[in-house]
Amino acid sequence: MNQKYMLPLAGVVLLFLLAYAGVEGAGLQWFFGIVIPYLAVIAFIWGFVNRVMGWADSAVPFRIPTTCGQEKSLPWIKQNRIDNPDTAWGVFIRMVLEIFLFRSLFRNTKAAFHRDENNRLSYSWEIFLWLGALAFHYAFLVTAVRHLRFFMEPVPWCLKALEYMDGIVQLGLPNIFMSGLVLLAAALFLLARRIFDAKVSYISLAADYFPLFLIIGIAVTGIAMRYFTKVDVVGVKEFTMGIVTFQPVIPAGVGPLFYAHLFMVSVLIVYFPMSKLMHMGGIFLSPTRNMANNTRAKRHVNPWNYAVDVHTYEQYEDHFRDKMIEAGLPVDKKE
Amino acid sequence: MSDELKPDELLNKIDHKPDGGDWMDTPVQIRPGMYCYAAKAESVKTLGLPNARPWNPAEDDWKLPENWQEIIHNGIKERLERFRTFKVFMDICVRCGACADKCHFFLGTGDPKNMPVLRAELLRSVYRNDFTRAAKLLKFLPGGEFLAGGRPMTMDVLKEWWYYFFQCTECRRCSVFCPYGIDTAEITIMGRELLNLLGLNIDWIATPVSNCYQTGNHLGIQPHAFKDMLEFFTEDIEEITGVNVEPQFNKKGADILFITPSGDVFADPGTYTCQGYLILFKYLKDKYGLDVTWSTYASEGGNFGFFTSHETMKRLNAKMYAEARRLGVKWILGGECGHMWRVIHQYMDTMNGPADFLEEPVNPITGTKFENAKSTKMVHITEFTADLIKHGKLELDKSRNANRIMTYHDSCNTSRGMGLLEEPRYVLKNVCDNFFEMPENTIREQTFCCGSGSGLNAGENIELRMAGGLPRANAVKYVHEKFGVNTLGTICAIDRAALSTLMEYWVPEVEVCGIHELVGNALILPGEHDREMDLRMEPLPGKEDIDE
Amino acid sequence: MSKNAIIAGLVVFVATALFPFWFNIGGSNAAPEIELSERAKAARYCVLEKYDMRAEHMSLLDEWRDSVVRDADRLYKGTNGKSFNMSLSTGEDSCLGCHTDKEKFCDRCHNFVSVAPYCWECHTTPEEVTR
Repeated sequence: MNQKYMLPLAGVVLLFLLAYAGVEGAGLQWFFGIVIPYLAVIAFIWGFVNRVMGWADSAVPFRIPTTCGQEKSLPWIKQNRIDNPDTAWGVFIRMVLEIFLFRSLFRNTKAAFHRDENNRLSYSWEIFLWLGALAFHYAFLVTAVRHLRFFMEPVPWCLKALEYMDGIVQLGLPNIFMSGLVLLAAALFLLARRIFDAKVSYISLAADYFPLFLIIGIAVTGIAMRYFTKVDVVGVKEFTMGIVTFQPVIPAGVGPLFYAHLFMVSVLIVYFPMSKLMHMGGIFLSPTRNMANNTRAKRHVNPWNYAVDVHTYEQYEDHFRDKMIEAGLPVDKKE
Repeated sequence: MSDELKPDELLNKIDHKPDGGDWMDTPVQIRPGMYCYAAKAESVKTLGLPNARPWNPAEDDWKLPENWQEIIHNGIKERLERFRTFKVFMDICVRCGACADKCHFFLGTGDPKNMPVLRAELLRSVYRNDFTRAAKLLKFLPGGEFLAGGRPMTMDVLKEWWYYFFQCTECRRCSVFCPYGIDTAEITIMGRELLNLLGLNIDWIATPVSNCYQTGNHLGIQPHAFKDMLEFFTEDIEEITGVNVEPQFNKKGADILFITPSGDVFADPGTYTCQGYLILFKYLKDKYGLDVTWSTYASEGGNFGFFTSHETMKRLNAKMYAEARRLGVKWILGGECGHMWRVIHQYMDTMNGPADFLEEPVNPITGTKFENAKSTKMVHITEFTADLIKHGKLELDKSRNANRIMTYHDSCNTSRGMGLLEEPRYVLKNVCDNFFEMPENTIREQTFCCGSGSGLNAGENIELRMAGGLPRANAVKYVHEKFGVNTLGTICAIDRAALSTLMEYWVPEVEVCGIHELVGNALILPGEHDREMDLRMEPLPGKEDIDE
Repeated sequence: MSKNAIIAGLVVFVATALFPFWFNIGGSNAAPEIELSERAKAARYCVLEKYDMRAEHMSLLDEWRDSVVRDADRLYKGTNGKSFNMSLSTGEDSCLGCHTDKEKFCDRCHNFVSVAPYCWECHTTPEEVTR
């Protein structure tokens, strides 16, 4: 049991130490700062494209949406156009709600058994997983987008506006970015669920803890650099601009914590395409959500449909002809 | 068995908190009461499916072919290429656990491997081990194999598959709540296909499939017997109403071919629903001249092939279009059934269409075009009846159902694989005054399975069925206690059989009926005499003391 | 979803993911040069060492603000043994008293890393005062 999260935790700590010691002890800035990030980007793009193309190569033989509302039927019966769409437009709305608002997760309920004379099973709305997941993903998104300030010169107004909004709680200097803290808090919540909820704990694999620990590590090092140990951001931006303009430089004075942060990000994006994190791409391709429920109105073609053995009427009649005639049932051939 | 395990004992056994340990290290225990008997060799042979031989799941040796691992491996590979669902669902689950307490089998048994996510993980773990690059790469890292979360295909894994893929009714409730729409039914379908490659079916599926293939229906009712049975109903109806509703069989040139599950011809209370159809068709014939025919060849709406493999499903389903073409009807009308309608709605046209020899379905009485069925050309009986009622084409006497205090059970397949929610409710409310919904988390797209779907309606697995049906029964019990509900309406033949047993066990005061049984009671046939009895030959409300 | 739609989606995704690379084609990695005033050059020392100053000046100013406003304590003893008057912009003996050109000393770096300190919402530069 413990092994399931202790090993991934140890792994992440090890990764951190590897980069930290590599830079601090062996002066391997160029390796952790330049070689690894370039390789990681290549591995990420290659792996992601490969995974998605693998899905695309598989056929979609049947139209099997999960319908979550009234079908399109008689004109006077009100259809649920989003949860049971029969048009591409309806599917689009359904997918947008699914991707941006996690609509299905929003439905989540919690079953409870009341042990009394009625032994009643009841179901209550359970919103915390949805809230945690939404907070986690949006905080991650904002944090990632916010980091574009290290990759653009000059920094455009929209990014500045985002930073302004993210830092609107003006606490101390430097400004607190809410996204980073929310990301950490949400990741810790998701981790706590995995460890303390008996059901979720039972289904969790090491592969579920590893990315969580990694993301927590990334968030912690980022927060540490911004608020506690400090780093020369001008130097960091010199470095990041060097990477994206293919003129890499190692700025003086930027400490090992930065390289540890960067290394963990690199590991995350390398690990991404070979892991469950691919749900990012997969959510677009789930045939139970991205297809219209119009199967009876519009024929769906199965690319590998093949002929099968059937028991024909002729065989059937040959088998039962006498009995059918005796019972007065019509037959095609009298004998 | 139900006699041995009292409801209270069953309830006391349920614990929804897994007690730790690693599920991969917890070997499967095949427990009597929870599994169905193995498929008979004869049935497997009739269908020409692999590895027909007598075997027993309780024994160690399952008599598998030597290269069974290779067969499974190749089977998975082939299905990954053929089904994007399968591939995507194998890759993207994050194990968030949202599905965990949505499964009726988990809620009723507390067995953690009945959490949909774990049911899928049984297969996914093998997939990860055999098919992902991650597993191959991670093998080179210390602890990498552990991180990849795979496991090799062994006999224990196979037995676990068999045990748990036949503890899933493919109801899709988990899929409603999954943030990626992962459909455990789809995974169970693949799992069962793979098991069938080794001849590992259950008899409650294999024998009906074989019967259906040879004789035309699951129960193996031969043509003359099928006719006899409907004629027997005709006699009953004549006694009740004074009208002879004699049906037509295999009639060429009829307007409509009617197909319904054979269970309705065979067992109570489905038989009363069947009588409802006969009364409706007689009414439409006399009033409007509508010509409906039954078929003895396509005498099965249900399709247990669906619970075997896509290919078997297609082989059985082919009869519907073949018979419609042979008889030259305009379109097909389908009776009340759950998985039959999943197959018709989501698979039939793709597998056995295009049905270009039929006409786009129009109700000749009301002129309504069934736009939503214009390609498949098959209309659901509640769509048809709802349309007739809406246009005022049926004369109904609701008071004949006044003794029924109804609630309605949405069948999994028609609700989550189709979205047929309002039509049956509309019909129900027009033939009966007393209708109360069960709590909203237990109806419509969130409906709970009867616990016996997808071919698990056998006798030997009764503990599984009663446990799996617990959430449904619990909701019925609630409305029974709160509103005095005494009848559970449904539009599924398996439900009519399974829920009757389930109610007897959990809520014995509640009876089960089909919607068209109530239609049959309420419909005023031209020329009928004053009815004293309902279709169950029980006195109508207000006529109870006449015999005394 | 058709294969073409998937490929189109992938192209968009890859383009987005690689945005920093193609956006900066022809760009440079040069950081802005800051210009020291004659006075600062002559002084040869500041409150902290150069790297620490770059990384931590905002925290220092934050501490100073609290110290001045809450405790009326304006004397800062630097780690290099020297004492400084805690003031951002008032008089000769303040940060801006020495680093006279805000644009060339503060703003260039702040703009480069997209930092918009709210210091200037209250404080004015000595130049502005003279104007």
